[in-house]
Amino acid sequence: MKSQLNVSTLVAVLVVAGLVLLPVYSNLTGNIFILTLFTRIVILALAAVSLNLIMGYGGMMSFGHAAYLGIGGYAVGILAQEGIGSGWAQFAVAIAVSALYALVIGALSLRTRGVYFIMITLAFAQMAYYVASGLARYGGDDGLTVYKRSDFGGLINLGNRVQFYYLCLFCLLAVVVLIWRIVNSRFGLVLQGLRSNEQRMQAIGFPSKRYKLACFVIAGMLCGLSGALLANNTDFVSPAVMYWTRSGDLMVMVILGGMGTLMGPVVGSVVFLVLEEVLSQLTEYWALIMGPLLLLIVLFGRGGIMGMLGRLNRG
Amino acid sequence: MLLVVEQFLNGLQFGLLLFLLAAGLTLVFGIMDLVNLAHGSLYMMGAYFAATFVAWTGSFVLGAVMALGATLLLGIVLEFTALRHLYGRDHLDHVLATFGLILFFNEAVRLIWGPAGLALPLPSWLAFPVTIMPGIQYPAYRLAIIVVALLVALLLYLGVMRTRIGMLIRAGASNREMIGALGINIKLLYTLVFGLGAALAGLAGLMQAPILTVQIGMGENILILAFVVIVIGGIGSIRGAFIAAIMIGLIDTMGRAFLPNLLRQVLNSAAASTAAPAMSSMLIYLLMAIVLVARPEGLFPANRR
Repeated sequence: MKSQLNVSTLVAVLVVAGLVLLPVYSNLTGNIFILTLFTRIVILALAAVSLNLIMGYGGMMSFGHAAYLGIGGYAVGILAQEGIGSGWAQFAVAIAVSALYALVIGALSLRTRGVYFIMITLAFAQMAYYVASGLARYGGDDGLTVYKRSDFGGLINLGNRVQFYYLCLFCLLAVVVLIWRIVNSRFGLVLQGLRSNEQRMQAIGFPSKRYKLACFVIAGMLCGLSGALLANNTDFVSPAVMYWTRSGDLMVMVILGGMGTLMGPVVGSVVFLVLEEVLSQLTEYWALIMGPLLLLIVLFGRGGIMGMLGRLNRG
Repeated sequence: MLLVVEQFLNGLQFGLLLFLLAAGLTLVFGIMDLVNLAHGSLYMMGAYFAATFVAWTGSFVLGAVMALGATLLLGIVLEFTALRHLYGRDHLDHVLATFGLILFFNEAVRLIWGPAGLALPLPSWLAFPVTIMPGIQYPAYRLAIIVVALLVALLLYLGVMRTRIGMLIRAGASNREMIGALGINIKLLYTLVFGLGAALAGLAGLMQAPILTVQIGMGENILILAFVVIVIGGIGSIRGAFIAAIMIGLIDTMGRAFLPNLLRQVLNSAAASTAAPAMSSMLIYLLMAIVLVARPEGLFPANRR
């Protein structure tokens, strides 16, 4: 086999290298804004990567993924408010509650399929949204300010911009590697088999629902982690992070980058959020350009950015 | 008693509006297999058109008719330029593309009409209370909405069940390939159905406009409710949409009206008054989850094989 430089691999490597070197650039130029922007991008990329696990590899189109962002965020916010500042405890609770939520709604939602699955996950996320709005003790509609970031002892200081950025980036890359391992494991292969033909897999004797539920729970836990980081980043958590348009944003990032590819969601998040930022500085009416752009990408760019790069590769 | 009747009528009126929105959505969904998130934008455009044309012509009816025509036209143009190319694609592509359309419409409205909302005044000939029962009065405009929506629902029912085009629509909902193979011009049928759905959404928007303010994003909240309606009713089923819409309208309105008092008997009043709005907003999603868990294809699945 001829060894050939793969364009999409190259882009993936460049993106990771860029993300790793970003604080250096920010430090040299004194541009603090770009570091703040990219901290948010890296955190949301983590959420998009977790969504890609169920959407791209598991074939489960969840329209309620932002619920975990809220669950993770409220775990940090509520524990901080109640005087438990330990990051270990906060993050553990964020992930555990996300897992529990995913287990319950997954078990119920996986009874349905197709559009009904999209809608039932949306319904559960909306319920979570309204529960958060009703938490009067924790700010209700107005949200909850996190006065003190998660405390990891002397290990890492989340108040430091650069340290916090690298923590987020470490989490993102670790999760990407984890998903790479999952996808190529026996479990991941069964999952992808289920995505292509569930009946056939069942006929061979795989308990399809159990595999899908496990996948759903893993993705939920990873997104809960992202939510805990997000609350630390903004020092604030409100029901708005769970609103359905946020779930839509996450889906857009995944599809834009390339569903079912390892680095697609990361590339998609970077492109989507940078584009949003650039266009909003260019004109107040940025969505006037962004909207049709999304439409064009769907119409002409099948498989998202990674898909297009793949075609470029084949010539 | 007074309050119950009034809230019941409010719920009915809201449910009927939801039905107008959901009918178009479920037709487009059932026949073209298109998930159209931008349906809420057409509802918003209907309201904006109405506010503009009514202010322009000075007549509510004339303005409403013009707004209806404009939404119909907008729907047809939208289908022709963009959505037509999405048929047969993955549902996710639909979600992404029509999500983009929502962004576009919201921003276009901000550009044309400005960020502040518009107000559409109640037509003066409907701005009086009607005595519906001894001692119970109800605004005439809301009654008019109920009457118009029921009339449209009846027309829609007759149109779908008794006419040739309606027959084609039903046939399209149950088997798309087959009616194409039988020599029906599907493209035209699709454009027609989409235009009809757009006009219904516009009608809902313009009728709701005098009650609420006309503002950006007004389509999104109600769109989700309309989706809940068609999912509970069963995708592609007009009858299901009708029943589910009335159900959702009543539950949502009655829940908002009476849940706080019910809760107050269980909890202390401070906790009840904060928990009640959230709980009543949750009720319909709870209903949807229960329906889907019990009957994964909705109450009246249209294309059962």
